[in-house]
Amino acid sequence: MTSLDETLARVRAEGRAALVGYWPAGFPTKERSIRAIETMIAAGADIIEVGLPYSDPVMDGGTIQAAAGQALAAGTRISDVFDVVEASVAAGAATVVMTYWNPVERYGVDRFASDLAKAGGAGLITPDMIPDEAEEWTSASETHDLNRIYLVAPSSTDSRLAMTANEASGFIYATAVMGVTGQREQTSSAAPTLVARLRDVTDKPIGVGLGVSSGEQAHEVAAFADAVIVGSALIKCVLDADDEESGLAALRELTLELRAGVERD
Amino acid sequence: MTAVPTYDMPDERGHFGRFGGRFMPEALVGPLEEITIAWHEAQNDPTFTNELERMMREYANVPSPLYEARRFSKAAGARILLKREDLNHTGAHKIRNVIGQALLAKRLGKPRAIAETGAGQHGVASATACAYLDLECTVYMGAVDVERQALNVARMRMLGAEVVAVEHGSRTLKDAINEALRDWVTTVDTTHYLFGTAAGPHPFPTMVRDLVRGIGDEAKAQCLELTGKLPDAAVACVGGGSNAIGLFTAFIGDESVALYGMEAGGDGVDTDRHAATISNGSVGVLHGARSYLLQDEDGQTLESHSISAGLDYPGVGPEHAYLAATGRAKYQAITDAEAMEAFELLCRTEGIIPAIESAHALAGSLKVAKELGPDAVIVVNLSGRGDKDVQTAAEWFGLLGGDAK
Repeated sequence: MTSLDETLARVRAEGRAALVGYWPAGFPTKERSIRAIETMIAAGADIIEVGLPYSDPVMDGGTIQAAAGQALAAGTRISDVFDVVEASVAAGAATVVMTYWNPVERYGVDRFASDLAKAGGAGLITPDMIPDEAEEWTSASETHDLNRIYLVAPSSTDSRLAMTANEASGFIYATAVMGVTGQREQTSSAAPTLVARLRDVTDKPIGVGLGVSSGEQAHEVAAFADAVIVGSALIKCVLDADDEESGLAALRELTLELRAGVERD
Repeated sequence: MTAVPTYDMPDERGHFGRFGGRFMPEALVGPLEEITIAWHEAQNDPTFTNELERMMREYANVPSPLYEARRFSKAAGARILLKREDLNHTGAHKIRNVIGQALLAKRLGKPRAIAETGAGQHGVASATACAYLDLECTVYMGAVDVERQALNVARMRMLGAEVVAVEHGSRTLKDAINEALRDWVTTVDTTHYLFGTAAGPHPFPTMVRDLVRGIGDEAKAQCLELTGKLPDAAVACVGGGSNAIGLFTAFIGDESVALYGMEAGGDGVDTDRHAATISNGSVGVLHGARSYLLQDEDGQTLESHSISAGLDYPGVGPEHAYLAATGRAKYQAITDAEAMEAFELLCRTEGIIPAIESAHALAGSLKVAKELGPDAVIVVNLSGRGDKDVQTAAEWFGLLGGDAK
């Protein structure tokens, strides 16, 4: 059982959904990314996804691309990602890394798993690596007791939902819309249907992400999901701010709003 | 003749040994599977194959001739046969791929196609196929390339395509692919991604190969007719690798035919300005497949450099990675300077202006000729014509302005 499993079980017992906040390591700098994550945790984020900034983020919209670009320009390396994970765990949140696959493969799959576990990380979210290609990662994650969090989408067939749910642990990441990361005005009508289809094939926790940006939207999603995942809207607080102080204030305010949203009344 | 083991790559999940596969967001796996099945069915449906064959013949000017380049041969010191893909409609081998995929999009009931382009050649070919087959077309092109290739941008727009300048990342081909993938994951219900080379996630490497393999199939028959035997070597340039896999596929089972892929060596592989992915890169995952790529210690993609925009890509198709790893094909780097020397040689000896991409294959054939000697027959894929490269070549040779020699 990882710290992520424990957190999800605890939150479920509290009768609410978990709030998951995404933040790219090194955005806008390593130190400031740690302060942003500490701010989110203090304001009620249960789980942190630390993003590993990558040169070719095909699943990400403009906000996360811009943030990852700044992190890379600031010189962020894989070792920095582990430091940020360590700080996030120390601040009290179950912490996973979200990464495109090539940096893991380049670093060495087992070495990456080992260093992530040493930093206190609970697992990996792999947006461009599906269970079909996961032989090496399955074995490394077993060895180091890490969660394998895979994405599913409205376009996933029933048999792929079942297969992916079976291979996943921690939670299953349901992408609410067909598209990339980024804020959207309305919550997706596809998300409840996708989650219902998943519930037919698995008892594992389900997180919903892509497009959630307000307390109201978080509340809608919390009605049918075990975890509500927010990224771009949080990042925008800092991306659009004039200075660190006002950015963190906006970030704290939005996190509080989202945290209130994930309660189920 | 020795028995040759049957070549049956890839496996059913698109793996060429350890290369290839499907490293893609789950959202696209369903659509990729749909294309895989539809392509398999289409290939076995005479209505589809006859229609495609007719379009190739009537519209694309395929099959292209195999031309004995006598004066170039004399300079090279071996018998050089040029597969004249430069004479195809739109001036390159790429029309074979786009017509096939556009026809498949029609079969899938998709009214829209998207494409990525570097220099604009695949974009122009895509816009052409979409005009011909009445599909809506959007082409993603790095902002840097939009500036460098204004004429091709105008061509695409003339043909009715929308051209989107991509401002993210390094603002070149790889970023255009990223942006096309972002569009596709959002619009996949109505849109086919007309991928431009034999790379990307399964089934693209295999489907594109199947569509362009006519290059080698034709060349093999034409060479037998012309010379009474198989060639000793087949040479092609390799960027993403579609024209090379198109030439190689027919010969993979013929052990006597040496296969050579010529990568873009840029300023030289001892500098950091090249695009020699196999010769100088390492194994990794980019744009949906495991293959060779140019990357740093952390797996971040490095920018590639080449005088030839069509070869200026930091990745390469997975089947080339497999052919390199097994030793069946050899890959070498050709510098900008070597390519331009061969470019000039073909202009002056044959009256043919080659694409700078193809000039890398020509330069490679000069080296292979030295290795194999004067009795050797070498088939070279002249994958495209050089009209698009006149500006670049004129600058290289100093032919512009009052001080021209």
